[in-house]
Amino acid sequence: MAKVLIPTPLRQFAEKHDHVQLEGASVGEVLNALTARYPDLRKQLFNDEGKLRSFVNVYLNDEDIRYLKKDATPVASGDTLSIVPSIAGGSCGAALSGCGRASARLM
Amino acid sequence: MTTVAAPVELSKDEILRYSRHLILPEVGMEGQLKLKQAKILMVGAGGLGAPLGLYLAASGIGRIGIVDFDVVDFTNLQRQVIHGTKDVGRKKLDSAAETMQDINPYLRIDKYEVALSSENALDIIKDYDMVIDGTDNFPTRYLVNDACVILKKPNVYGSIFRFEGQATVYGYPGGSVDGKQYAQGPCYRCSYPEPPPPGLVPSCAEGGVLGILPGIIGLVQATEAVKLILGAGEPLIGRLMLYDALAMRFREMKVRRNPECPVCGDHPSIKELIDYHQFCGVPNPKEAQPEVAVKPGFESATEIDAIALKAKLDRGDKFQFIDVREPHEWQIARIPGATLIPLNDVPKRIGELNPEAETVVHCKMGGRSAKAADFLRSQGFKHVKNMIGGILAWSDKVDPSVPKY
Repeated sequence: MAKVLIPTPLRQFAEKHDHVQLEGASVGEVLNALTARYPDLRKQLFNDEGKLRSFVNVYLNDEDIRYLKKDATPVASGDTLSIVPSIAGGSCGAALSGCGRASARLM
Repeated sequence: MTTVAAPVELSKDEILRYSRHLILPEVGMEGQLKLKQAKILMVGAGGLGAPLGLYLAASGIGRIGIVDFDVVDFTNLQRQVIHGTKDVGRKKLDSAAETMQDINPYLRIDKYEVALSSENALDIIKDYDMVIDGTDNFPTRYLVNDACVILKKPNVYGSIFRFEGQATVYGYPGGSVDGKQYAQGPCYRCSYPEPPPPGLVPSCAEGGVLGILPGIIGLVQATEAVKLILGAGEPLIGRLMLYDALAMRFREMKVRRNPECPVCGDHPSIKELIDYHQFCGVPNPKEAQPEVAVKPGFESATEIDAIALKAKLDRGDKFQFIDVREPHEWQIARIPGATLIPLNDVPKRIGELNPEAETVVHCKMGGRSAKAADFLRSQGFKHVKNMIGGILAWSDKVDPSVPKY
């Protein structure tokens, strides 16, 4: 059993859970179990080719899986997988595209 | 980092002011003089910039540049503690500078009332020892990152969302801190080679943020800036600090420099600033059509403004009127006659709607409802109109008694 930590922006796609316990021998298997349970997460985490999106990092404990064996990285019981997306919040005004007004048009 | 050129010393008043630093062996007179000679550029005087600006001013930093072109509004005051109620309507730049100057008259403040851009970033940043990034959008994040890497300036990074924050030092050019040698550190692109597609992650205005959160993250940034200047302790280089306010937990992830990174890697392909709007897939506000002031009463096959919607409701037209905000927003304010179906519930509740009937969707500002409208059209709905400007426009143009948030 590995613990998967779900970050705030993605909790809406995981029935608001902040973490889940999942089975899997590798990072890929655990993530598959995760998106099987919450299908809406799949689109958020993976691109059309099934690759992890480049603004989402997955850490096994404190190490980025890109520097381990990526999807094939073995997961042991008690390990923690963290999903860490890039977030940009901080201020309005120094922004190239402003804040609420612009994002309203973008979204 | 700072070069000791002209002899700098502290006046008697400054010695008194900084006495609690001076008696700390890790700072002392030498450290305080380093702070006095330091030049920091704050990008943004908002959520993160507010707390860190206050403390950096107080700490005795000699020169602080502030880049900001926004104006203080009431919704800022819940977290942007450098501005007060009396400052609403003023430039954040003026309000922040005034507060910081009041805390410390020895501080030199340079104000840049501009949007940081590919045209001006290198010119502005080059005069400073480091940048503290407190912006709110991906184009500026990547711009600050690339400019810092090109100029070999550390970029003290922080970002926040709802109850969570991240902080690290990107773009450390390599050097010695507290007697320990640090290699060139990773940059933002090493962590995140590309931004999310626009709209995937809501902004603070749509997603909300705990007012105290930027205080914590901004002060982590301020702490790291001061440590880098002093050359004290263990800098947050190669470590991404994650903070969860609800769990009250700090965690730390390793961030490595990617030798293949297009900006800071061994063979960089990006050696000058690029078009960051294009990179992030968002329209450049400078090139965008000036916001066409929609004629009051505007209605087309796909859009409707607040005035036209009011007329439609008053006439008693038959249409499906859907509010796609969240239930907690519905509790704050609502437009009479709307039915609440939160955006994420639209797919599973689509059976409640008639695809043949005219449908108007609204949200807070018009962004989420545009998504809902696109989705409904993709599901065969024939007459879907997005309400321009959402409930904020309704409050502005139709019923001021509806609170804005």
